[in-house]
Amino acid sequence: MPKQIILAAHFPGVNNTTVWSDPASGSQIDFASFVHLARTAERGLFDFFFLAEGLRLREQRGRIHDLDVVGRPDTLTVLAALAAVTTHLGLAGTLNATFREPYELARQLATLDHLSGGRAAWNVVTTSDSFTGENFRRGGFMDRSLRYERAAEFVRTARELWESWAADALAGDRDSGRYLTAPDPGAFIHHGDQFDIAGHFTVPRSPQLHPVILQAGDSPDGREFAASSADAIFSRHGTLEAGQEFYRDVKSRLARHGREPDDLKIIPGVTVVLGDTDAEAQEKAHHIRRQQVSPQTAILLLEQLWNRDLSGHDPEGPLPATDPDVSADAISRGRAGMYPDPVATARQWRALAEEKGLGIRDLIIEVTGRQSFIGTPRQVAERMNHFVQADAADGFILVPHLTPGGLDEFVDRVVPLLQERGVFRTRYAGTTLREHLGLGAARPVSAVAAPR
Amino acid sequence: MPDTTLHLAAALDGLGWHPAAWRLSRADPTAPLSSRWWAALAGEAERAALDLVTLEDSLDLQSTAPDGPDGHTDQLRGRLDALLVAARIAPLTQHIGLVPTTSVTHTEPFHVSTAVATLDHVSGGRAGWRPRVSARRSEARHFGRRNLPALDPAHLDAPETVRLVGDLFTEAGDAVEVVRRLWDSWQDDAEIRDVATGRFVDRDRLHYIDFAGRWFSVKGPSIVPRPPQGQPVVAALAHSAVPYAFAARHADVVFVTPADAGHAAAVVAEVRAVEETVGRTGPPLRILADLLVLLDETPTLARRRRGRLDDLATTDVGSDAAAFTGTPGQLADLIQEWHRAGVDGFRLRPAVLPDDLTAVTRALVPTLRDRGLFRAGYPDGTLRALLGLSRPANRYAAATA
Ligand SMILES: Cc1cc2nc3c(=O)[nH]c(=O)nc-3n(C[C@H](O)[C@H](O)[C@H](O)COP(=O)(O)O)c2cc1C
Repeated sequence: MPKQIILAAHFPGVNNTTVWSDPASGSQIDFASFVHLARTAERGLFDFFFLAEGLRLREQRGRIHDLDVVGRPDTLTVLAALAAVTTHLGLAGTLNATFREPYELARQLATLDHLSGGRAAWNVVTTSDSFTGENFRRGGFMDRSLRYERAAEFVRTARELWESWAADALAGDRDSGRYLTAPDPGAFIHHGDQFDIAGHFTVPRSPQLHPVILQAGDSPDGREFAASSADAIFSRHGTLEAGQEFYRDVKSRLARHGREPDDLKIIPGVTVVLGDTDAEAQEKAHHIRRQQVSPQTAILLLEQLWNRDLSGHDPEGPLPATDPDVSADAISRGRAGMYPDPVATARQWRALAEEKGLGIRDLIIEVTGRQSFIGTPRQVAERMNHFVQADAADGFILVPHLTPGGLDEFVDRVVPLLQERGVFRTRYAGTTLREHLGLGAARPVSAVAAPR
Repeated sequence: MPDTTLHLAAALDGLGWHPAAWRLSRADPTAPLSSRWWAALAGEAERAALDLVTLEDSLDLQSTAPDGPDGHTDQLRGRLDALLVAARIAPLTQHIGLVPTTSVTHTEPFHVSTAVATLDHVSGGRAGWRPRVSARRSEARHFGRRNLPALDPAHLDAPETVRLVGDLFTEAGDAVEVVRRLWDSWQDDAEIRDVATGRFVDRDRLHYIDFAGRWFSVKGPSIVPRPPQGQPVVAALAHSAVPYAFAARHADVVFVTPADAGHAAAVVAEVRAVEETVGRTGPPLRILADLLVLLDETPTLARRRRGRLDDLATTDVGSDAAAFTGTPGQLADLIQEWHRAGVDGFRLRPAVLPDDLTAVTRALVPTLRDRGLFRAGYPDGTLRALLGLSRPANRYAAATA
């Protein structure tokens, strides 16, 4: 039996992927937009719906970035509301572990799991910069090197809280008057480096016991955290070779944590452009890329690598001759850093621009492209399936470029072809997200290795 | 701007406010863990055109003890996050206001602000919010960030206690101030989608709130555009001078707990005086009196049911609000009397759910309507409009205009 493909829908968000200038682009705030995308995903029998998160408006050169979609509603609140208008679709929220506390977040996630009948998921992200911290009581309180320590202990603490009510804690016996089987439900004590808390959790066990844990973050620490603690990874490795390498690396880390390769799903974020012919799809993709990377956006994206004010540069002209400034504070804030070694990346970009004769904008279009699947529905279905069967991924988080209709065509035209090939479900077999993802029951926290 | 319409709210919690409610309720004892339960209750309240429902919450387990758990096994324990419950039922209702409680002592004002703003977006302008102070050490221990001294309910006027409570309410005031500034941090027309210049927003219509206080500072702007109501409705529960002042400074609605009509008049006078003292601007507080209600067709049936509940309970009702036991007609009399004493409306706490809620919606409300005291349905509009509150101007837009 071929591997089954996981599919998730990313609500188009705050980045230059989302083309807001298109006449078909609707509101990114109105609840109706969320309902449309979620219902489309559920019509397509997707595993889950996915929301990203940013906790401070992005800035560049000290000013609020105004070229991309700005503004998004609160993740957990939207997901709880979506639980009312969907029945099977998983509901995954990106929630920063640095600017939240385990007691509160564990309670919100357990609540979402109850309110959705077992469909909650948490994408654990770890931004710790003081720029974001300026919106919180905490402030920028934590060194970057500690953020995965906090995240791992956070997830472990959350699991302890989720398990703090015994499975049979609720007797609810009207005749005898026993509501509880024991007097101290939800009792917990957690003493650790990051959290030193004790008391009683308020939420009885939720349908999944542990909401599904996703991780996004690519460093070795991030991968190790995922291998120890996550059920799935949201990766950004969109090519076959890079995908396979990442897949091998991450899955090989699992045994050390007493886990099987199948316990951690790899789900890259990808985009899809469809056409009736390959040429039409390529043409459409080209047009979308030029909308995504306007001349102004091209300069701003270049600045993010160069870390210098490049506003004087011609977007159609050559790359700057100077190297990126690695000594200064980041010119771009509120955005996850994409380039571990800016100087090396700049050299690659320069070489590429020279080789292909590209100006700044075309170079940016080329190097920031994540249009992974372009073609006819048949070609796309085939390539996606190949990608999964060749162990470059276990499935995909589809990132449409339009709100909220960006997945309509995929669901109508590609999903049936994946079903024909027997690699995608034709109905939901289970009710919980764990069941959709083939994850099996939650692993009790006692079976997860404690942090050092 | 006199507001003569009677406002009616239902306070939803567990299976009702009586500690033995779950013994007599027809509902499954674990129903409050399911969304169906909350949707059904909100739908019931909406069919009677109540202004709003409130959802109780706390950052620790229900308890009859002043601090920490009480070891009881015979009472309902465990509950869900109220704000998420409100969001879950928002798409299933159309008119009724949804007012969850959240603690402001241990939470991040930024998160609370975006969550309530989002509740307003997903409900089309029906969000309210009841900020609540967490004074219990048991709650503080769940966060491990600060130590609170034990609060002895028998000595609330001890100087340390007065200082502590004062600080907690001042901090809560800062939290509400931050939340409100964040709601205004986007002007209504900040999203411009100007294709010609490639700009999605006009950054001059986005504002840093630059709040710096004793306990925290917050930069802003919000990540959520200004909610439909501009400012969702803020409600505070208050029993005494310090919380009255908190409400007068920071809230739109105050829930109070008078013992009788005379006391209601005194409470209203005190609240109005405090509004004066703190220099409240904008419309006067909507004052809603809290009442725990147990209703039945005859006074005897009501008393008998009350007696059964009291017998089943191993603790006192211990209600901060006056408890009413009687017929819907008798309750209508009381409501009329207290309304004349100056309260703008009532927040009714059903003793047993759903029974005492359906008695309110199906018997009390028609009686009030017959007497010309209550609306027949919903006018179009937001929760603010329903409460007779206009949509506030944006403080930053005003400053830059
Ligand atoms: C595909 C992907 C999606 C991400 N989405 C978010 C997001 O929505 N919000 C956020 O704050 N961080 C997001 N991140 C950032 C990561 O959580 C992390 O902070 C960042 O990748 C740096 O961690 P690393 O050094 O382990 O890569 C994302 C990362 C990846 C790879």
